Amino acid sequence: MQVPAPFEYERATSVDQAIGLLERLGSSARLVAGGHSLLPMMKLRLANFEYLIDINPLHAELGYVKIQTDEVRIGALTRHRELLESDELAAAFPIFRDAERVIADPVVRNRGTLGGSLCQADPSEDLSAVCTTLDARCVIRGSAGERVVSMEEFHVGPYETAVGDDEILVEVRFPRRGGHGSAYEKVERRAGDWAVVSAGAAVWITEGRIVDARVGLAAVGPNTTGIPEISDTLRGNAPSEALYEQAGAIAARSCDPSTDQRGSADYKRHLADELTRRTLRKAVERARS
Amino acid sequence: MQVTMTVNDVEVTREIEGRLLLVHFLRDVLSLTGTHWGCDTSNCGTCVVWLDGEPVKSCTVLAAMAGGHEVRTVEGLAKGGELDPIQEGFMQCHGLQCGFCTPGMLMTCRALLDKNPDPTDGEIREAISGQICRCTGYATIVRSVRWAAVHEAAVTQ
Repeated sequence: MQVPAPFEYERATSVDQAIGLLERLGSSARLVAGGHSLLPMMKLRLANFEYLIDINPLHAELGYVKIQTDEVRIGALTRHRELLESDELAAAFPIFRDAERVIADPVVRNRGTLGGSLCQADPSEDLSAVCTTLDARCVIRGSAGERVVSMEEFHVGPYETAVGDDEILVEVRFPRRGGHGSAYEKVERRAGDWAVVSAGAAVWITEGRIVDARVGLAAVGPNTTGIPEISDTLRGNAPSEALYEQAGAIAARSCDPSTDQRGSADYKRHLADELTRRTLRKAVERARS
Repeated sequence: MQVTMTVNDVEVTREIEGRLLLVHFLRDVLSLTGTHWGCDTSNCGTCVVWLDGEPVKSCTVLAAMAGGHEVRTVEGLAKGGELDPIQEGFMQCHGLQCGFCTPGMLMTCRALLDKNPDPTDGEIREAISGQICRCTGYATIVRSVRWAAVHEAAVTQ
């Protein structure tokens, strides 16, 4: 039987109260949202905390998708199922529905949250790649107020984020620009598994030319990060198969996959190439339609 | 710590450890052994119960998290001695062989029909994609859910 080591359970009643608890308890405490990454780690005793602060009661406060003209704001406690089912979000950023369809399974998606996924900072996790692709900004709150960081700053390393011991990720913001199309593709061994490799692509097209483009990869190295060289190569050009090929080649050589039971490093590089091309192609199609 | 929740319409209060998982609370504290405990890693789905009407994997939810909420287990499906149509469907269409995955399958499929009364085979397969039938009897499970959907449609007409 897998059971976590003993801990004290605390229930959050507001964001400020949760921050107060974190300040008092320091690194001996951890927030739990959906719990579908943290509790399995605690069951395996890979993670142990003296206090667990349950923030699920804050769902009314931190579970939302707000579509605005210039940006989309998503509360950190928004669950996977809510992200999948939001038609407005799918219209603004089609990449979300692509990704949510292949994250875990429907029952797990009822619990797992956007903020929990990002704070877990697993290099194979799909929503981090989506947020990187869309150049998201993370809003982190502490008792001194809020600070806003980019995904590059947010991801410090595998399982490590910029969120301090006495802080909480409250919101993720996605800038909106015209002529947008985006897509996500994942290769997995079976339904609901971690990715062998995943790729997300986003483009912004004006008058037939790519004004900006971003690609985010998951499961191909210690961090999910964007690849600036791909953006530089695509910007200013008209979309074409030759361009996608170039981008795919850059993705394959820029990533750092390791051989494991999900596949060899060579195979994963091949997937990084192929999935980059596929997602760019689909993103451009969507931007044009 | 003390936890109070509603299980199958009955309010229960018990003294528990914070680390107690919902599946063990249901099985070992309340003796509701209809909910099965399988892989312990949120992969197999035999432990699925409803938390406020949504299917969740109870091996990955703390009992304390369910405090103040409504839980429904497979024991809460039949009403007044009458099987729920989804249970009837599994009987009619041989939706179970060994029966180990059945409680989780029933809870997920009942929730599916509540949201989508006429699901396609593909939608049923998607709904149970996080659950494993170790007898690999998926075809008959899909058929059982369709039986329940058709039966319920006939009753409401």
